[in-house]
Amino acid sequence: MKLHIQAHSRITPISAYAHGELVLNNKENLTFNLFGKELYRYLTVQYPKFFKMDELCQLAFLGTELLTSHIDHWDGEKVAIVLGNKSSSLSSDKRHYDSIADKNNYFPSPAVFVYTLPNIMLGELCIRHKITGENTCFLMEKLDAEFMHTYVKHLFEVELYQYCITGFVDYSDNDYVAELYLVSSQNDTDTPLSQNFDKNFNQIIF
Amino acid sequence: MEELKDNLKAAIIEALNLEDVNAADIDNDEPLFGGGLGLDSIDALELIVLLEKNYGLKIENPEEGREIFQSINTIAAFIERNKK
Repeated sequence: MKLHIQAHSRITPISAYAHGELVLNNKENLTFNLFGKELYRYLTVQYPKFFKMDELCQLAFLGTELLTSHIDHWDGEKVAIVLGNKSSSLSSDKRHYDSIADKNNYFPSPAVFVYTLPNIMLGELCIRHKITGENTCFLMEKLDAEFMHTYVKHLFEVELYQYCITGFVDYSDNDYVAELYLVSSQNDTDTPLSQNFDKNFNQIIF
Repeated sequence: MEELKDNLKAAIIEALNLEDVNAADIDNDEPLFGGGLGLDSIDALELIVLLEKNYGLKIENPEEGREIFQSINTIAAFIERNKK
Protein backbone atom coordinates (compact mmCIF):
# COMPACT_ATOMS: atom_id res chain seq x y z
CA MET A 1 0.00 0.00 0.00
CA LYS A 2 1.34 3.39 -0.97
CA LEU A 3 1.13 6.02 1.74
CA HIS A 4 1.53 9.75 1.33
CA ILE A 5 2.35 12.63 3.62
CA GLN A 6 -0.38 15.14 2.89
CA ALA A 7 0.57 17.81 5.40
CA HIS A 8 3.20 18.73 7.95
CA SER A 9 3.45 21.15 10.86
CA ARG A 10 6.19 22.12 13.23
CA ILE A 11 6.00 24.32 16.30
CA THR A 12 9.06 25.21 18.40
CA PRO A 13 9.88 28.12 20.75
CA ILE A 14 11.20 29.93 17.67
CA SER A 15 8.35 29.61 15.19
CA ALA A 16 5.37 27.76 13.78
CA TYR A 17 5.49 26.25 10.30
CA ALA A 18 2.88 24.55 8.14
CA HIS A 19 3.99 22.48 5.14
CA GLY A 20 7.40 24.17 5.18
CA GLU A 21 5.99 27.70 5.18
CA LEU A 22 6.37 30.08 8.07
CA VAL A 23 3.07 30.76 9.84
CA LEU A 24 4.22 32.73 12.85
CA ASN A 25 7.60 33.80 14.20
CA ASN A 26 8.21 34.10 17.92
CA LYS A 27 10.29 37.23 17.43
CA GLU A 28 9.73 38.46 20.94
CA ASN A 29 10.80 35.16 22.47
CA LEU A 30 7.46 34.78 24.25
CA THR A 31 6.87 31.92 26.66
CA PHE A 32 4.71 29.13 25.27
CA ASN A 33 1.79 30.40 27.29
CA LEU A 34 1.85 33.65 25.28
CA PHE A 35 3.15 32.33 21.96
CA GLY A 36 0.56 29.55 21.99
CA LYS A 37 -2.25 32.06 22.58
CA GLU A 38 -0.88 34.29 19.83
CA LEU A 39 -0.87 31.36 17.41
CA TYR A 40 -4.37 30.33 18.51
CA ARG A 41 -5.68 33.82 17.78
CA TYR A 42 -3.72 34.03 14.53
CA LEU A 43 -5.43 30.86 13.35
CA THR A 44 -8.83 32.41 14.30
CA VAL A 45 -9.90 29.23 16.03
CA GLN A 46 -13.06 29.30 18.15
CA TYR A 47 -12.57 26.62 20.79
CA PRO A 48 -12.73 28.01 24.36
CA LYS A 49 -11.66 24.66 25.82
CA PHE A 50 -8.19 25.41 24.43
CA PHE A 51 -7.59 27.73 27.36
CA LYS A 52 -8.34 24.99 29.87
CA MET A 53 -5.80 22.56 28.39
CA ASP A 54 -2.31 22.10 29.71
CA GLU A 55 0.66 23.12 27.57
CA LEU A 56 1.21 19.66 26.06
CA CYS A 57 -2.39 19.48 24.88
CA GLN A 58 -2.34 23.07 23.62
CA LEU A 59 0.80 22.32 21.64
CA ALA A 60 -0.69 19.19 20.07
CA PHE A 61 -3.94 21.07 19.43
CA LEU A 62 -2.21 23.92 17.58
CA GLY A 63 0.00 21.55 15.58
CA THR A 64 -3.05 19.59 14.50
CA GLU A 65 -4.94 22.75 13.53
CA LEU A 66 -2.05 23.63 11.20
CA LEU A 67 -1.94 20.08 9.90
CA THR A 68 -5.60 19.60 9.06
CA SER A 69 -6.71 23.02 7.81
CA HIS A 70 -7.25 21.60 4.30
CA ILE A 71 -9.59 18.85 5.53
CA ASP A 72 -13.28 19.77 5.31
CA HIS A 73 -14.65 16.47 6.49
CA TRP A 74 -13.43 12.99 7.30
CA ASP A 75 -14.85 9.79 8.65
CA GLY A 76 -13.49 9.81 12.19
CA GLU A 77 -13.60 6.02 12.38
CA LYS A 78 -10.99 5.89 9.65
CA VAL A 79 -8.56 8.28 11.28
CA ALA A 80 -5.85 7.22 13.75
CA ILE A 81 -3.40 9.16 15.91
CA VAL A 82 0.01 7.72 16.73
CA LEU A 83 2.34 10.10 18.54
CA GLY A 84 5.69 10.01 20.28
CA ASN A 85 6.52 11.96 23.40
CA LYS A 86 9.56 12.22 25.67
CA SER A 87 8.55 14.09 28.83
CA SER A 88 5.12 12.56 29.29
CA SER A 89 2.90 15.03 31.16
CA LEU A 90 5.74 16.14 33.44
CA SER A 91 4.76 19.80 33.44
CA SER A 92 1.24 19.05 34.69
CA ASP A 93 2.57 16.36 37.02
CA LYS A 94 4.77 18.96 38.72
CA ARG A 95 1.91 21.44 38.90
CA HIS A 96 -0.27 18.82 40.52
CA TYR A 97 2.48 17.84 42.95
CA ASP A 98 2.94 21.48 43.98
CA SER A 99 -0.76 21.66 44.86
CA ILE A 100 -0.54 18.67 47.21
CA ALA A 101 2.99 19.01 48.62
CA ASP A 102 1.91 21.14 51.59
CA LYS A 103 -0.45 19.23 53.87
CA ASN A 104 -1.63 22.48 55.40
CA ASN A 105 -2.50 23.92 52.02
CA TYR A 106 -3.78 20.81 50.29
CA PHE A 107 -5.98 21.80 47.37
CA PRO A 108 -5.42 19.53 44.37
CA SER A 109 -6.98 21.02 41.28
CA PRO A 110 -9.19 18.64 39.26
CA ALA A 111 -8.53 20.73 36.16
CA VAL A 112 -4.77 20.15 36.56
CA PHE A 113 -5.06 16.51 37.62
CA VAL A 114 -6.96 15.49 34.48
CA TYR A 115 -3.92 16.40 32.40
CA THR A 116 -1.46 14.21 34.31
CA LEU A 117 -1.24 11.64 31.49
CA PRO A 118 0.17 12.19 27.99
CA ASN A 119 -2.72 10.19 26.52
CA ILE A 120 -5.01 13.08 27.39
CA MET A 121 -3.58 15.05 24.47
CA LEU A 122 -4.81 12.28 22.20
CA GLY A 123 -8.25 12.52 23.79
CA GLU A 124 -8.35 16.27 23.24
CA LEU A 125 -7.45 15.81 19.56
CA CYS A 126 -10.07 13.08 19.18
CA ILE A 127 -12.76 15.32 20.66
CA ARG A 128 -11.78 18.30 18.55
CA HIS A 129 -11.57 16.38 15.26
CA LYS A 130 -14.20 13.69 15.98
CA ILE A 131 -11.63 10.92 15.65
CA THR A 132 -12.64 7.49 16.91
CA GLY A 133 -9.88 5.35 15.39
CA GLU A 134 -6.85 4.03 17.21
CA ASN A 135 -4.99 6.55 19.33
CA THR A 136 -1.66 5.69 20.87
CA CYS A 137 1.16 7.61 22.50
CA PHE A 138 4.63 6.05 22.73
CA LEU A 139 7.31 7.38 25.03
CA MET A 140 10.60 7.87 23.17
CA GLU A 141 13.67 10.11 23.48
CA LYS A 142 13.11 11.66 20.06
CA LEU A 143 11.01 10.93 17.00
CA ASP A 144 11.83 7.34 16.10
CA ALA A 145 10.81 7.51 12.45
CA GLU A 146 11.58 3.91 11.62
CA PHE A 147 9.44 2.58 14.46
CA MET A 148 6.61 5.01 13.80
CA HIS A 149 6.67 4.21 10.10
CA THR A 150 6.43 0.47 10.81
CA TYR A 151 3.57 0.96 13.28
CA VAL A 152 1.57 3.39 11.14
CA LYS A 153 2.06 1.35 7.96
CA HIS A 154 0.80 -1.74 9.77
CA LEU A 155 -2.28 0.17 10.95
CA PHE A 156 -3.16 1.15 7.42
CA GLU A 157 -2.66 -2.39 6.18
CA VAL A 158 -4.75 -4.20 8.78
CA GLU A 159 -7.36 -1.61 9.77
CA LEU A 160 -7.96 0.17 6.46
CA TYR A 161 -7.50 3.65 7.84
CA GLN A 162 -7.69 6.64 5.52
CA TYR A 163 -5.66 9.05 7.62
CA CYS A 164 -3.19 8.95 10.48
CA ILE A 165 -1.80 11.88 12.42
CA THR A 166 1.68 10.92 13.50
CA GLY A 167 4.79 12.61 14.82
CA PHE A 168 6.27 13.83 18.07
CA VAL A 169 4.86 16.27 20.63
CA ASP A 170 6.81 17.14 23.73
CA TYR A 171 6.62 19.87 26.36
CA SER A 172 8.82 20.34 29.40
CA ASP A 173 9.42 23.60 31.25
CA ASN A 174 8.89 25.83 28.23
CA ASP A 175 11.13 23.66 26.04
CA TYR A 176 8.87 22.20 23.41
CA VAL A 177 8.35 20.79 19.97
CA ALA A 178 5.37 19.60 17.98
CA GLU A 179 6.32 17.91 14.72
CA LEU A 180 3.31 16.39 13.04
CA TYR A 181 2.60 14.59 9.79
CA LEU A 182 -0.72 13.77 8.20
CA VAL A 183 -0.33 10.40 6.49
CA SER A 184 -2.97 9.19 4.09
CA SER A 185 -3.77 6.20 1.94
CA GLN A 186 -5.80 8.51 -0.32
CA ASN A 187 -4.13 10.02 -3.32
CA ASP A 188 -6.13 13.23 -2.98
CA THR A 189 -5.50 16.22 -5.14
CA ASP A 190 -5.23 19.72 -3.69
CA THR A 191 -3.30 18.64 -0.61
CA PRO A 192 -0.58 20.90 0.79
CA LEU A 193 2.03 18.15 0.27
CA SER A 194 2.34 14.90 -1.58
CA GLN A 195 5.41 13.06 -0.39
CA ASN A 196 6.12 9.41 0.15
CA PHE A 197 5.72 8.11 3.68
CA ASP A 198 8.74 5.92 4.36
CA LYS A 199 11.04 5.11 7.27
CA ASN A 200 12.88 8.41 6.77
CA PHE A 201 9.72 10.46 6.70
CA ASN A 202 11.03 12.89 9.33
CA GLN A 203 13.78 14.00 6.93
CA ILE A 204 11.19 15.70 4.77
CA ILE A 205 12.67 18.49 2.67
CA PHE A 206 10.53 21.36 1.46
CA MET B 1 -23.65 40.75 48.96
CA GLU B 2 -22.84 42.53 45.67
CA GLU B 3 -19.17 42.62 46.61
CA LEU B 4 -19.29 38.89 47.35
CA LYS B 5 -20.82 38.23 43.91
CA ASP B 6 -18.19 40.34 42.16
CA ASN B 7 -15.42 38.52 44.02
CA LEU B 8 -17.00 35.20 43.11
CA LYS B 9 -17.11 36.05 39.44
CA ALA B 10 -13.45 37.11 39.44
CA ALA B 11 -12.44 33.93 41.28
CA ILE B 12 -14.44 31.72 38.90
CA ILE B 13 -13.00 33.39 35.80
CA GLU B 14 -9.48 32.84 37.13
CA ALA B 15 -9.99 29.30 38.45
CA LEU B 16 -11.75 28.05 35.33
CA ASN B 17 -9.48 29.85 32.83
CA LEU B 18 -12.41 31.59 31.18
CA GLU B 19 -10.40 33.50 28.60
CA ASP B 20 -12.20 36.42 26.98
CA VAL B 21 -14.89 36.45 29.71
CA ASN B 22 -15.24 39.49 31.98
CA ALA B 23 -17.10 39.66 35.26
CA ALA B 24 -19.60 42.00 33.62
CA ASP B 25 -20.39 39.28 31.05
CA ILE B 26 -21.83 36.99 33.73
CA ASP B 27 -25.35 37.79 34.91
CA ASN B 28 -26.04 36.92 38.53
CA ASP B 29 -29.03 34.80 37.50
CA GLU B 30 -27.43 33.20 34.44
CA PRO B 31 -27.17 29.38 34.57
CA LEU B 32 -23.49 28.51 35.02
CA PHE B 33 -23.90 25.10 33.39
CA GLY B 34 -25.60 24.45 30.08
CA GLY B 35 -25.35 28.12 29.22
CA GLY B 36 -23.01 30.41 27.38
CA LEU B 37 -20.04 29.82 29.66
CA GLY B 38 -19.73 26.24 28.44
CA LEU B 39 -18.74 24.80 31.82
CA ASP B 40 -18.28 21.04 32.16
CA SER B 41 -18.02 18.42 34.90
CA ILE B 42 -14.36 19.21 35.62
CA ASP B 43 -15.36 22.84 36.12
CA ALA B 44 -17.95 21.68 38.67
CA LEU B 45 -15.21 19.89 40.61
CA GLU B 46 -13.04 22.98 40.36
CA LEU B 47 -15.87 25.08 41.82
CA ILE B 48 -16.11 22.69 44.79
CA VAL B 49 -12.38 23.20 45.41
CA LEU B 50 -12.79 26.97 45.03
CA LEU B 51 -15.49 27.11 47.70
CA GLU B 52 -13.38 25.09 50.10
CA LYS B 53 -10.17 26.99 49.41
CA ASN B 54 -11.57 30.52 49.38
CA TYR B 55 -14.49 30.22 51.81
CA GLY B 56 -13.76 27.10 53.89
CA LEU B 57 -17.03 25.50 52.75
CA LYS B 58 -17.28 21.83 51.89
CA ILE B 59 -19.90 20.29 49.63
CA GLU B 60 -20.19 16.62 50.44
CA ASN B 61 -23.35 15.78 48.52
CA PRO B 62 -23.22 16.06 44.69
CA GLU B 63 -26.99 16.64 44.57
CA GLU B 64 -26.53 19.62 46.86
CA GLY B 65 -23.85 20.94 44.47
CA ARG B 66 -26.27 20.84 41.56
CA GLU B 67 -28.49 23.39 43.31
CA ILE B 68 -25.71 25.50 44.75
CA PHE B 69 -23.94 25.94 41.40
CA GLN B 70 -26.98 27.04 39.45
CA SER B 71 -25.89 30.65 39.28
CA ILE B 72 -23.76 33.31 40.95
CA ASN B 73 -26.82 34.21 43.06
CA THR B 74 -27.23 30.65 44.39
CA ILE B 75 -23.52 30.29 45.18
CA ALA B 76 -23.48 33.64 46.97
CA ALA B 77 -26.58 32.65 48.96
CA PHE B 78 -24.92 29.37 49.97
CA ILE B 79 -21.83 31.23 51.17
CA GLU B 80 -23.92 33.73 53.11
CA ARG B 81 -25.95 30.95 54.76
CA ASN B 82 -22.90 28.99 55.82
CA LYS B 83 -20.27 31.58 56.58
CA LYS B 84 -18.65 31.15 59.98
